[in-house]
Amino acid sequence: MGVGEGSADLGLNSNIDQNLKIEMGKQGIFVTTIEELYNWGRRSSVWPMQFGLACCAIEMIATTMARYDLARFGAEVFRPSPRQADLMIVSGTVTKKMAPQVVRLYNQMAEPKYVIAMGACAISGGPFKQGYNVLKGIDRYIPVDVHIPGCPPRPEALMEAFMTLQKKIDGQSLTGEDRPRYHDAEATGEFPVPEPGEHDLEPSSNPLVWITPVVIR
Amino acid sequence: MVSGSYFSLAVLFLGALGFGLAPLGLAWLWARVFAPPKPSAIKNAIYECGLESRGDAWVQFRSAYYLYAIIFLIFDVEAVFLLPFAVAFTGLTAGACLAMLVFVLLLVEGLVWAWAKGVLTWA
Repeated sequence: MGVGEGSADLGLNSNIDQNLKIEMGKQGIFVTTIEELYNWGRRSSVWPMQFGLACCAIEMIATTMARYDLARFGAEVFRPSPRQADLMIVSGTVTKKMAPQVVRLYNQMAEPKYVIAMGACAISGGPFKQGYNVLKGIDRYIPVDVHIPGCPPRPEALMEAFMTLQKKIDGQSLTGEDRPRYHDAEATGEFPVPEPGEHDLEPSSNPLVWITPVVIR
Repeated sequence: MVSGSYFSLAVLFLGALGFGLAPLGLAWLWARVFAPPKPSAIKNAIYECGLESRGDAWVQFRSAYYLYAIIFLIFDVEAVFLLPFAVAFTGLTAGACLAMLVFVLLLVEGLVWAWAKGVLTWA
């Protein structure tokens, strides 16, 4: 069995035909690129952060247990510290009192970091959208990679979101214009933590990640 | 040098050194090329539960807690030794039994001392 070396150009513009690659793989010759290897390693060991905000967290816990077994995707290690986590699963209602802590924890995570907004509350406020104390979606403050609707979403939905995130990681490039934020030395890594204001959180959203929709009447 | 008896050791030493340093160097190189650091005041802050830390971490504990330490030690060590003592009791010689009793009674003495001092009374 022979093992082929990857192309030396970091795989930034892999010229190998996909079908040829599969054909060579059948013969025992594996061709890869650094980018592909890097993304494979990263998507196979996404460690979520261990915290839950509301009832969606129960479904998240069920997902990690034996019946649904998130460990199949390399994500069974829930880290109790943001320093060691790659993925933030915002599972549940984000109240305005809790939002600063969530954003602060997101800031403390090491790059590259991803966010799954789980459930109707985390993506929009859900059934509590009209509540004075509920944030209308965590994507107002931090960049969300995958949104899962549902109240609460079933474990299968969380796994689907996880696989979607893996596909997204697989497609990310190391260099070039379309590289993700954390590969860009100029891009900011800090997302302002909101402060409790008189009527709402100050600021009420982060313009870098959220464009406030204009209501046309 | 090559024919010296320590040559193989030197080779092994270099191999071991490389084994340890190569991943570190590769990680450092990778971080330099592809992962620009993004430090910030929040990221470098010390506490990690989402809240800002307040006060000083260098607090002192009262020395009066030594009583709890002593009483804990008495019961803890006694329990550790009483169980094997009881299991092996029928097969023990008189000398071993005496040695064990001396040890247990020394611990009991500590308990008696604490009792006489009034530590066991709930204040």
